[in-house]
Amino acid sequence: MNISTDMIMQDVVLTCLQTDKFKTSCLSINLLTALNRESASKNALTPKVLHRGTFSLPDMAAISQKLDSLYGARLFPMLRKKGEIQVVGFCSDFADDAFLPESGGNLEKIAALMGEMLLRPAAKAGVLLEDYVESEKEKLLEKLRGRINDKRAYALQRLLEQMFSMEDYGTDILGSEQAIENISAKELTEHYHHLLESSPIEIFYCGSAAPERVAEILKNALKELPRSVDEELDLGTDIRMNTLEAQPRYFEDELQVTQGKLCMGFRLGECMEEPDTAAIKVFNGVFGGCVTSKLFMNVREKLSLCYYAGSSVDLHKGVMIVSSGIEFDKYDDARSEIMAQLEAVKKGDFTDGELEAAKRSIAGDYRSVCDSPAALEDFYLNQALIGPDCSPEELAGLVERVTREQVIDIAKDVELDAVYFLRGAKEKN
Amino acid sequence: MQTKKYENIGETLITETLPNGLTINLLPKSGFTKSYAMFATNYGGADRRFKLAGQWIDTPAGIAHFLEHKMFDMPNGNALSILSANGASPNAFTSSGMTAYYFECTSKFEENLKTLLEFVSTAYFTAESVQKEQGIIGQEIRMVEDDPGYVVYNNLMRCLYKHNPVRDSVAGTVESIAQISDKTLYDCHKVFYNPSNMTLSVVGSIDPEFVIKTAKELLPSEGGEVPERDYGEKESDTPHTAEVRASMEVSAPQFLFGSVIKPADKGTPRLRQMLIGETALRLLIGRSSGFYTKLYADGLLNNSFEYEIDYTAGTAMLLAGGESRDVSAVMDALCAEVEAVCKNGVDLNLFENAKKGIYGAQLRSLGSFSSTAISLTDGAFSGFCPLDAFEIIGSITADEVLSFIKAQLSRERLALSVIDPVSK
Repeated sequence: MNISTDMIMQDVVLTCLQTDKFKTSCLSINLLTALNRESASKNALTPKVLHRGTFSLPDMAAISQKLDSLYGARLFPMLRKKGEIQVVGFCSDFADDAFLPESGGNLEKIAALMGEMLLRPAAKAGVLLEDYVESEKEKLLEKLRGRINDKRAYALQRLLEQMFSMEDYGTDILGSEQAIENISAKELTEHYHHLLESSPIEIFYCGSAAPERVAEILKNALKELPRSVDEELDLGTDIRMNTLEAQPRYFEDELQVTQGKLCMGFRLGECMEEPDTAAIKVFNGVFGGCVTSKLFMNVREKLSLCYYAGSSVDLHKGVMIVSSGIEFDKYDDARSEIMAQLEAVKKGDFTDGELEAAKRSIAGDYRSVCDSPAALEDFYLNQALIGPDCSPEELAGLVERVTREQVIDIAKDVELDAVYFLRGAKEKN
Repeated sequence: MQTKKYENIGETLITETLPNGLTINLLPKSGFTKSYAMFATNYGGADRRFKLAGQWIDTPAGIAHFLEHKMFDMPNGNALSILSANGASPNAFTSSGMTAYYFECTSKFEENLKTLLEFVSTAYFTAESVQKEQGIIGQEIRMVEDDPGYVVYNNLMRCLYKHNPVRDSVAGTVESIAQISDKTLYDCHKVFYNPSNMTLSVVGSIDPEFVIKTAKELLPSEGGEVPERDYGEKESDTPHTAEVRASMEVSAPQFLFGSVIKPADKGTPRLRQMLIGETALRLLIGRSSGFYTKLYADGLLNNSFEYEIDYTAGTAMLLAGGESRDVSAVMDALCAEVEAVCKNGVDLNLFENAKKGIYGAQLRSLGSFSSTAISLTDGAFSGFCPLDAFEIIGSITADEVLSFIKAQLSRERLALSVIDPVSK
């Protein structure tokens, strides 16, 4: 696998992974913009409206039929939250020409379609079609309201909203119902032009084509891309080292559910001064990130306090979230047991076996990244934003060298900031 | 050991049937770091009544799933922990028709494979551990009761089938699993976890000879009788109940409709039927169809709309659903679309595109080791090789697709399940 990066236009970086091991190639174009409550909904709506129709393929049926004819290629809007950066764009996966019954030039066609979608959307008198804007606003509202359908994700979202109420990180990636309702076609068009001009762009390709060829194809597909320098552009994530208040904050909601959901948010603290990705991941692995972790083995297996319990870290923001499904009456027990397990890690009360198991699991996860174009795409996007500057394979090597002391050092500074509990509504009489 | 090259898609499949009856499918992948192994038994949630040594035996709902949970217990510890500690990501699932155990790893594949084969073939249960598991599975059952996707599916099964136990939840109920003891688990393990009722599928950077040799060494040298199963009285072509509705904490109505398919004979006919069905659904209600694009634009469907064809427990079914503010408008539009196609035939241009789409989708799924291992496993239990799909797709005719639509999607064949939001 051969990796190369190249700035193909002003603030447009192309990362190419040339390999012939995959049957499907992957191409993504990502606009980087600040995540905040003012613009999140507009950012979320933009790629969805662009995806509805282009100058030459004016509606969804035309676009989808074109994709079917390219052997079931997929091209979809993609929205990601990377700390306090909102990543907006398109991603496509499509069959590599080598495995098709007829030679196709799939890459050229997909890149051209993506370029057209980004630069020449269906419009009337220069304004994005009102019809598409209203229709996609409705979809976005449905999706936002639909958060409640998945109780596990809903609980997590509610924790983030409240724990980070004073920070941009608490912004829902779809924004808010009110913000969505207020967007007009004209306003969205202006926003779209601004996004296009001022956002740094990360393009990622993984497939059999040579980087020089990919660069030519992309330059051609994006030749009409407007570029201007935004002096005020300040992209990045504000990392808070300590908790918001001296004592943890508690939040809860009631819904008609049969099982409770407990989510706890922690600040990673000191280690975020110069974050050591490998060590932080191993700490999380020992505590709650793997099947061999403290949370899984003790809270779930030994004490049967919950059906699931696990933790994850977000290195963009320096936070760790514990998520668990419990019986309503186990709320206090589960919470204190989770804290007790964190105390244990802080004290170094974990075996070498637990440490090695966490390291193996995380190193294995990084090595598997090389086997999936989509995982590679996300890995290199993260790398472009926060590093570290190494391949998945190298990072796996670093994970294997993490020591017990490093894990304890990280654990020591981890602090509980907020607790959220989703409990059942009291029966109505 | 048989080797078959699929030049068109650059794959080589190695198959072997051991003297004990175990079928093995191996797909070596060069240039990849990871390996994926799946060891599965043709035994799932619906296999509750079976005939052994001339006698019919009834077992409680949820037993196959319960057994799956308990299989990880080994005399020397928990297999999940052993595999995880060794750097593998192990897991398992139980469907109506099968129970599968699998792991993925980037190193120590040989040791992990041995652990997998050992723990799945070793029965080790105690009364105490069974009792504890009743608590854990009780929690799992309660958790899925809050999942609208699960409830809408389960309710639909109860409409489509009157007798077949696929109508019951794979996990059973808190009451049914209370009847399970260590004795029932030992009995079911003995009957269904015998090599002639099982299959091993491995994908990745592997040495085929090592896999076959290890399976020979570690598994019992003789298979056993594969029991006859009873899935209840013959079902009618039309649903047992046309429609069911329930309410939950959801933002908008969630729906799932479906019809029962008479499964084609095992072997290539079944694979062909599956591909015809997929082509038909892609053409009729897929992302590029007039049905989907119009309803999407009208605000009646969003991209949660999905469809599939599923073969399980002696039956097969077509399922499709998602979210809509007006489910009856969706159903009316579907019926109108079906009528139009039946009257005018299929658009040949769209038909060719749909076939290309299916070809690309199959190619994409080969990129996922887990999807590949699942299709190899499904294929082994249904007597076909999923890699033959690429050859078959080209030969599917518009008439076959039209017949499928006519037979499966007429209004009287369809059942509908809806979850409405709770009224505030």
